[in-house]
Amino acid sequence: MTFKNVAHLFRIAAAFAIGFTIFLVVRSLLVPKSFGQYGHYRGAALNEIASRPVSYAGHEVCETCHADVLDVKKQGRHARVACESCHGPLAAHTQDPASVVPAKLDTAKLCVRCHEANHSKPMDFPQVHSAEHSAGLPCNTCHQPHSPRIEAEAKTK
Amino acid sequence: MNLTRRQLLILLPAAAAAWEHVMAGTPENAPNYKSAEHWWGMLVDITKCIGCGSCVRACQLENHVPDGYFRTWVERYVVQDWGFERVHVDSPDGGKNGFPDLGGDAKSFFVPKLCNHCADSPCTQVCPVGATFVSPDGVVLVDPKYCLGCRYCVQACPYGCRFINPGTNTVDKCNLCYHRITKDLTTACCEVCPTGARQLADLKDPADPVHEFLKTHSVQVLKPHLATGAKAFYNGLDGSVR
Repeated sequence: MTFKNVAHLFRIAAAFAIGFTIFLVVRSLLVPKSFGQYGHYRGAALNEIASRPVSYAGHEVCETCHADVLDVKKQGRHARVACESCHGPLAAHTQDPASVVPAKLDTAKLCVRCHEANHSKPMDFPQVHSAEHSAGLPCNTCHQPHSPRIEAEAKTK
Repeated sequence: MNLTRRQLLILLPAAAAAWEHVMAGTPENAPNYKSAEHWWGMLVDITKCIGCGSCVRACQLENHVPDGYFRTWVERYVVQDWGFERVHVDSPDGGKNGFPDLGGDAKSFFVPKLCNHCADSPCTQVCPVGATFVSPDGVVLVDPKYCLGCRYCVQACPYGCRFINPGTNTVDKCNLCYHRITKDLTTACCEVCPTGARQLADLKDPADPVHEFLKTHSVQVLKPHLATGAKAFYNGLDGSVR
């Protein structure tokens, strides 16, 4: 077998080889290292998403310092309501308790978010018509928000 | 290379162990978290939801969701006793500030909605670039650096859980607070839910109370006929809910 008159085939082969090499180089530059690590996506994205900052610290963190509140709360109907459910996101406060101080809450507005009467709410959930019940007075005039049941009322029931 | 049968039998378990390690992956910032040990979902108890909107507010604060867009929202259904096709559904501002009392005596209840984190999710299948995917621990995530904003997945999601974030022009959705659950915290919505209507569930953790709940209750997923492998389980789901 001779290679006479086949130089054009070598030229095509060379052009193809160069093109393919360029493709491989460009591809290796463009495709992120972690692509395909776990599947058809960028594996590093998992870490990037997981490392976003947290706003809500979680009630366990609150309880490490505010054990006194926990003791009150444990006794009452709000035992399972997390601190940040009313007080808002306070991860910043856990990082720097001195300078980030949670705002005082207005119970006249806060409590009705859950407890204003509404036909769509489950029947067994405690609800009031706030206008009739307290005429706009803050709820903590009578109730202690961390353990809201009033003693006298509790005894008669 | 010539392998004897003995060598192959020794090599195979080693290779399997190595592959397991590759599949597991360990996020650097959460050294104790192994994604292969978890399979996340959520339990939503409609009988406990009071429509206070705490979850919606917490989600927006935790995940910086722009106003008017929702990764989770609460719907109110009002159903005449037999008219499953004639339901009235409202969700004013996603239920963020609660719901006005409608009065009347029709059956009415709240349904919190979020990404169902489907195991066989339609949305991840249509992504042309691999920007959305089911993570090894069963969370449907979006890689904002890879997303083109083509909106295929927005159309593919049968639950309407995806939107284009106007700030980034990429797709945004509930990621089950992946930055929290990988740090041993619950999601923001589950953290603040005052009645325990929402609970994060780790289906691979045998100690998770979700298993006991699923065994003892009539639990349903949304649109089960679509076979999406949805992992948001609803207790007390009415037939009228879509």
